Amino acid sequence: MGALLKCENVALGYEGDVITKDLDFTVSSGDYLCIVGENGSGKSTLIKALLGLKPPLSGKIELCGEVGKNEIGYLPQQTLVQRDFPASVREIVLSGCMNRCGLRPFYNKEEKKLAHDMMRRLDIEPLTKRCYRELSGGQQQRVLLARALCAARKMILLDEPVTGLDPKATNEMYELIDSLNKKDKITVIMVSHDMNAAVRYASHILHIGRKQMFFGTKEDYMTSKIGQAFLSVMGGEENE
Amino acid sequence: MSEMFDKLHSYFQLPAVRYALIVGLLIALCSSLLGVTLVMKRFSFIGDGLSHVAFGAMAVATITGVTNNMLIIMPVTIISAVLLLRTGNNTKIKGDAAVAMISVGALALGYMMMNIAAQNGSGRTSSNVTADVCSTLFGSTAILTLKPADVWICIAMSIIVVSVFLVFYNKIFAVTFDESFAKATGVRSDAYNLLIAVVIAVIIVIAMNFVGSLLISALIIFPALSAMRVFKSFRSVIICSVVISLLCAFFGIIISILAGTPVGSTIVSADITVFFIFCIISFVLKRGK
Repeated sequence: MGALLKCENVALGYEGDVITKDLDFTVSSGDYLCIVGENGSGKSTLIKALLGLKPPLSGKIELCGEVGKNEIGYLPQQTLVQRDFPASVREIVLSGCMNRCGLRPFYNKEEKKLAHDMMRRLDIEPLTKRCYRELSGGQQQRVLLARALCAARKMILLDEPVTGLDPKATNEMYELIDSLNKKDKITVIMVSHDMNAAVRYASHILHIGRKQMFFGTKEDYMTSKIGQAFLSVMGGEENE
Repeated sequence: MSEMFDKLHSYFQLPAVRYALIVGLLIALCSSLLGVTLVMKRFSFIGDGLSHVAFGAMAVATITGVTNNMLIIMPVTIISAVLLLRTGNNTKIKGDAAVAMISVGALALGYMMMNIAAQNGSGRTSSNVTADVCSTLFGSTAILTLKPADVWICIAMSIIVVSVFLVFYNKIFAVTFDESFAKATGVRSDAYNLLIAVVIAVIIVIAMNFVGSLLISALIIFPALSAMRVFKSFRSVIICSVVISLLCAFFGIIISILAGTPVGSTIVSADITVFFIFCIISFVLKRGK
């Protein structure tokens, strides 16, 4: 199991204001890493930095040999996607295959089949021709996930994948991500508010605040002081 | 009725009218292609901004007496397009403000230079500055004085624009729908943004002589907005806006010939009419559900 992603002494922020610093961790092939922390602790910013969308203030983020930039899938927070865009579900899911095309202008048969398979897997096959902006929040989330799955060959980054989903859909989403990790051997990096899910599914936990508070396996996290303190606060909220 | 057709028939005997129709339809085709992309990228006004830049460049070209205006106008417009689309997202001056700034700035400077040049009697300016400026802003009857060479240039440019659009259709969709996803998954979105900027600049420069620099935005935006009222997928929206644009240009030109109205504003009026028709259609469709 080789390292896929290395973060060395990374600090993140906007225009000189440091949000979080001292990030130092490695993600190996097959890991399921959950990034937790309070609101505003820079979780989404970290995801963007890992994807190369936003340069870190200092330090180094490296994709290691095994995974190429075009083998990564990404599920953004839904607010970032244009909700009023005139596009059919099929067009959106298919656009996830773009990174396989290189300079080839059109999608080939395998890519169309892949997009179709992903839509079937996420139960959005009947929606294929529907317009994205007319779907419910949960359906839109599935469409974006299907797109991310088309793009993900080695690794997938998810930013709050269950926002706006009802409890049943939330569970299905988590099970799906879990099977991706276990069956398809895709490395998962997920940002979540949901501590219960984090400790249930993840193999590793990264807890960030003003700086890196914890990085290690889930088991270590649950016995650590910070883990127990955070779990009792955040876990309690979820149960209310 | 038959009188009208006779009149049209006699007009179409003139090569100038036929050229005008060909050029008009080609411009309508090209300008409608990227409308959706610009609307969704929140760059509806870039057409306006760039055409004013082109106006400013034209003023400079007129004063310096360069034989071929295009040599100055095209590069200046392309560079401005690249700068606007590139810096729009993450600079201190936001996209819309930057467009507004460049747009009115170029307009003011261009008009001033033309006036000064006219007073000094230098370059190729005629004494009638107001008429010159008016025809650049609102399009001129110069469309009826096209030479075959102009028509061929326009045909060549249109072929380039349309084939670039077709070849990069999927990429343009990906970059327009969700730029950060495209970038995050290893698509070179910067390069495609650059491509979009260059294509837009080319379209605007071609279209400027036709509808004038104030009305270009309408030609780019209205067909896309109309199509987006009714159609649901990217492909159908694009096809529909091309059809709308072609029809509006065709009837706009015919009406302007028959009624003697200015070409540019007649076409835009047709576009506006179609927009309202599509608004009503979408309203009825929603009620019907």
